[in-house]
Amino acid sequence: MSLAQPITRAPLPGPAIRQRDAPGVAMTERPPGERRQWFAQRLEPLMDRLYGTALRLTRDPDDAEDIVAEAVAKAWARLNELRDPRRFEGWLFHILTNAFISDWRRRQSRPQRPMDPEAPSPDELDICHFTLFQQLHQPFLLWWGNLEEQFFQNLLEEDLQRAIDALPDAFRVAIVLVEVQGYTYEEVSRLLGIPLGTVRSRLSRGRGLLQKMLWQQAREAGVIADHRADTHPGEGGQQP
Amino acid sequence: MSGRPLTCEEVIEQLFDYLDRELDGQQAADIERHLHRCRDCFTRAEFEKRLRARVAATGTAEAPPRLRRRIRDLIDRFDDEDDATR
Repeated sequence: MSLAQPITRAPLPGPAIRQRDAPGVAMTERPPGERRQWFAQRLEPLMDRLYGTALRLTRDPDDAEDIVAEAVAKAWARLNELRDPRRFEGWLFHILTNAFISDWRRRQSRPQRPMDPEAPSPDELDICHFTLFQQLHQPFLLWWGNLEEQFFQNLLEEDLQRAIDALPDAFRVAIVLVEVQGYTYEEVSRLLGIPLGTVRSRLSRGRGLLQKMLWQQAREAGVIADHRADTHPGEGGQQP
Repeated sequence: MSGRPLTCEEVIEQLFDYLDRELDGQQAADIERHLHRCRDCFTRAEFEKRLRARVAATGTAEAPPRLRRRIRDLIDRFDDEDDATR
């Protein structure tokens, strides 16, 4: 058994809450004529991640485009606040996140749009305890492989996106902020203005619900059920 | 090193905190020590890490040409002297 690789935040767009204290060369020290080119060059390789993140947060392609455009405009207008140009990426993603949260709050405050229920429904009460792994894991080897591997091999990008998009807003946003953007629980708490315990609760319930939806999708697609028929009755987890 | 080795229940209880890098160095080291010697917990941790990686990957989607044009137009309208130095 090999040791799991150390977990690092390196590939993630670093949260920039502490950005303003970062050392570095301020943008004001750059000649004005270079700034636009510098900005465009830094922005270009981030476009797919900006759009993808906005899409996961908003669930709507048009809204995602609006949020990205808003973030880009705000970033340009506040470029002089970027003290360390090396932190541009995290700084820009932080602006994007704030643009989304502002828009999200405005939408939630509209009376015609029902807010996501915070209290769990009866069906949701056991969601925190649902784990896909427990459903899939077999303590013995099967002749055709294992269900975990089968699950991942058949998990399509669009199925995962659909499951994430189907989560209640509060759960989805918490998961995207932590798992996609790499924010800490404390940062999510500050960004959303909610207690740390609520962040944990939303993550836990959101993950449980997401895994349950993925499990149902896999069963409906026949990925799981077909192979479970090969196991002995009563083995291999729960069957509704 | 903390005094008492963690049980499987304790590791699973803290697994997402560990994966989310919410634990301090000592706590993370305790988890990793357990994962070294417990195949069941190691397998579970690897499963959750793999699923997390797939979720994280959904944060990248090809920006539509319409959005790229919109951003190019936006940048073209940026006024270096008036806006960037404000």
